[in-house]
Amino acid sequence: MSYFKKSPWLLHYDGSSCNGCDIEVLACLTPLYDIERFGIINTGNPKHADILLITGGVNEQNADIIKNLYDQMPDPKVVVAVGICATSGGVFAECYNILGGIDKVIPVDVYVMGCAARPEAIIDGVVKALSILEEKYTTMKQEKVA
Amino acid sequence: METLIFLVAFPLLPAALLLLVPNNGVRNIVTRGSFAVIAAASVYLLWQGIGAQPAFYSLEAGLIDEGMFVIEVFLSALIFFLGVKYRNYLTSVFVTLQFALMAVYEFVYAPGVAIEHNLFVDKLSIIMALIIGIIGGLICVYALGYMKDFHSHHHDMKDNRPFFFFVLFVFLSAMFGLVFSNSLLWLFFFWEVTTICSFLLIGYTKTPEATRNAFRALVMNLSGGLAFAGAIFYLASQGLTLELDKLITSPHGLVMIPVALMCFAGITKSAQMPFSSWLLGAMVAPTPTSALLHSSTMVKAGVYLAIRLAPVISGTYVGDMVALVGGVTFLLAAFMAISQSNAKRVLAYSTISNLGLIIVCAGIGTAPAIWAGIFLIIFHAIAKSLLFLCVGTIEHRIGSRDIEAMGNMFAKMPGMAVMLLIGICGMFIAPFGMLISKWAAIKAFLDVGTLMSPILILILAYGSAVTVFFWAKWMGKIISANTLFAPRDPMNDQISWDEWFSEWAHTVLTVAICLAFPLVSQWLVEPYIAGVYGKDFDLTKSMYMITFIMVVMVILVPAISFPSQRNSYAFGTAYMSGRNTYPGRVFDGSIATRKQATLKNYYLQSFFGEDKFMKLGVVMCSCIILIMFGVAFI
Amino acid sequence: MTHLSIGIAYIFLAPLVGGLLMGVDRIVSARMQRRVGPPLLQPFYDVAKLLQKDTIIVNRLQNPALVCHLVFMIATGFLFFEGSDILLIIFLLTLSAVFLVLAAYASSSPFSHAGAERELILMTAYEPMVLLMLVGFYKVIDSFSFYTIVESGKPLILYLPGIFIGFLYILTMKFRKSPFDISISEHAHQELVSGLTSDFSGRSIALVNIARWYEDVFLLGLVYLFFSFNVLGGIAAVLLTYLFEILIDNTFARFKWEAALRSAWIVALVLGGGNLVILYAFMGV
Repeated sequence: MSYFKKSPWLLHYDGSSCNGCDIEVLACLTPLYDIERFGIINTGNPKHADILLITGGVNEQNADIIKNLYDQMPDPKVVVAVGICATSGGVFAECYNILGGIDKVIPVDVYVMGCAARPEAIIDGVVKALSILEEKYTTMKQEKVA
Repeated sequence: METLIFLVAFPLLPAALLLLVPNNGVRNIVTRGSFAVIAAASVYLLWQGIGAQPAFYSLEAGLIDEGMFVIEVFLSALIFFLGVKYRNYLTSVFVTLQFALMAVYEFVYAPGVAIEHNLFVDKLSIIMALIIGIIGGLICVYALGYMKDFHSHHHDMKDNRPFFFFVLFVFLSAMFGLVFSNSLLWLFFFWEVTTICSFLLIGYTKTPEATRNAFRALVMNLSGGLAFAGAIFYLASQGLTLELDKLITSPHGLVMIPVALMCFAGITKSAQMPFSSWLLGAMVAPTPTSALLHSSTMVKAGVYLAIRLAPVISGTYVGDMVALVGGVTFLLAAFMAISQSNAKRVLAYSTISNLGLIIVCAGIGTAPAIWAGIFLIIFHAIAKSLLFLCVGTIEHRIGSRDIEAMGNMFAKMPGMAVMLLIGICGMFIAPFGMLISKWAAIKAFLDVGTLMSPILILILAYGSAVTVFFWAKWMGKIISANTLFAPRDPMNDQISWDEWFSEWAHTVLTVAICLAFPLVSQWLVEPYIAGVYGKDFDLTKSMYMITFIMVVMVILVPAISFPSQRNSYAFGTAYMSGRNTYPGRVFDGSIATRKQATLKNYYLQSFFGEDKFMKLGVVMCSCIILIMFGVAFI
Repeated sequence: MTHLSIGIAYIFLAPLVGGLLMGVDRIVSARMQRRVGPPLLQPFYDVAKLLQKDTIIVNRLQNPALVCHLVFMIATGFLFFEGSDILLIIFLLTLSAVFLVLAAYASSSPFSHAGAERELILMTAYEPMVLLMLVGFYKVIDSFSFYTIVESGKPLILYLPGIFIGFLYILTMKFRKSPFDISISEHAHQELVSGLTSDFSGRSIALVNIARWYEDVFLLGLVYLFFSFNVLGGIAAVLLTYLFEILIDNTFARFKWEAALRSAWIVALVLGGGNLVILYAFMGV
């Protein structure tokens, strides 16, 4: 049995967002939404994290960093792209420095819509990511056995 | 008695041989051979003396006394001449005064003084002899490899190795003489010989700095010698005994002045504040010198004398003042060690600090305190010597004695790193030796019976807290890695056989003495204390069991957990806020540049700055010493 | 024999008690912030998950050092509840703490390095007070053993009020609570990322957490000694102390290391040293 659903620790990374979604992510921590109810902790450290939560699109400068953060997370791990910019680049998609959504750099497991994404939607996305995390753990274990 | 005389006389033979035959091959053989003989002889002394009572010997002293006087005249003249030559007139003044005192003694009082026993051996002498013979001998062996390297690194300095080894062995001989002398005159003679030997060793390189520091050491130790001469003069003029064993059983009031003078001599020699600067200055000398001065000889002579005198000063105000000098030195030297990044200076401050603790134990002078003090001497000698030797070797390999340069040691020179770590553990980690002694010291301070008790406990509480800080950060530096897979350094293989042998022998001893300390306590330390205090002193046996288990755990747990860890763990790069990192703490900077991150330890200069505490310590300790003389005269 | 069995019980029960206490801590903290907070068993879930996760290491030495940290922490508590000499046990506690610091040094990121340095500063800050506390025990009871102190039935708190307050002060450091959580913090986004544990992952953090449970129970055992004349009262006092620490945690901002070191030393000198001197003066030296 896996405990990933009971204790997902997440890392929040701000790509090139307008900070709208970031505010909403932080709103999840407030008493109104209180994501710690689900055992979620905002760790701020990839080595501790299970979920990489990214707001905003990818630009030329931070593509490497996102890749690096993703690499530094131990398996199993999932990526949640929060907001329309993280999904596809959003209104910034045509900018000279924007590469597009997060999936241009690393594999994304859950896309959360909205501009900005509502806290309810973010929590929903994270909860959805948890079942994917659990699946990944199961496959990881099977691979190890094999 | 033959063993005693052999131990004192034998080192003079290799000394003369090494001075006269300046051949490297001969030197190697003679030094290694002499080490084997001296070590074996000191172990034989242990074997002889283990169950025996303290033995006193009277030697036909006439000729020897005259011989010593002649040597003293010669040495005094030499120092006087050197003092004038290097314009260090204070030296000349001290040596003249001292000589005048001794000459007056020789012609006025000497005919009337009868000394019954010149030589003696008891359990404390045996312990000291083992330290001098084994640790001192190992350092001589180490010096073979080190000095060869030293001169290939420093071409500008004159290679005067025959003289260097000559002094080393004379030093050992003088130390043996010092711990076996019962006659204060002989003790004083050997005392002065060690002072001069240390002067010659410190000034070996003949650079202006070395000469200056050598003279500082000489002046400070001569002031102690002057006090010692004063003590002898006073004892003789008052018609009191000139024998150590009779002195320590004399009634308190009569001998307080000479004893206070001799404690002062012990304080100068063991580099307590305000005299600590000579030991720091001695760091300019080649490493074997530092190792020898710090572990088995010189400073240990000072604390040896203090421990010997402990029964007389115990419970008197003089004793309290001696303990306070030690306490203040212990605390402040530990503070100052935090602010140092030069490995040898850290070691020096830690030596001063630990000697301070031994002096505290001597000043308190109760049976448990002496137990702690003697064990501090033993454990400190071994671990500190090991650390000096390691730092010396490392300095020659990496070209720096800065702790900051010792990162990644585990990858580059694994053997060296392990030895250094064990040495550091020996200095501050439970259940290695120093901590056992510290534990005993706390217990001893609890039952002092005066208000000294809470004062000393406060001092110890703060002092040991900072001790942890400066050792632990050094350990951290050694095991921190700035590259993932550093190749084993080829320089690892250039370390000479002599150095390896000496260092590994020290390492094994450091661990072995922790396992064997109940035996040492039972065979040597407890009988000594029972002999001096007339009562049995016994640490609870359960304590042996616990420390034994702890030592085994400390060795086994890392030894098992390191090789048995899973190989499946993936290696990753260090977290640097998401920047890409590469081996060696290199990371991507902006505009396609690569930057190197360097990590340095904290030295807390603003808190534990050297200047401030040195001044404070000098002032405080000078005042305490003045008070000590004041109460001695009352 | 019973003492030994209590020691063995500590080995098995301490992580349960410590984990539950930490769960209570998280809920109470959340309630103080008007949140609901995680389930009571959350600390156990966290560790279980960490054990299932992959472990990435930076230096081959870091995990063995953490194993040593845990083993010596267990040994500390075991010997304490088994009735051995507390003075030796405190040295063992230091040894365990040193291994944690070494693990952080070994992992070599700038954050864990700074965390390690700060942890050492904290150790320097709290150690004098711990030693003074033990000396206070010895002065009153004349013993360094847990059971002798408990069986003596003396209300230590009345003899050692200053030392108790001083110990509460440094207990905040040992519990890694604000305002002294400068080397490692459970609260998100501090200037040091996760301090000491920045470069640990998976099993490594699990080891650190389990060791912490053991440590918390051991520390509360020390608190209990002050009130050991009455079992129920003692347990109540221990729980109150724990709640008090949580309250402090939620009402103070983080100190700088200078302030932590300086204040802890002054508290130890004034309250601890003062209490001790008065004790020596009144109880006879």
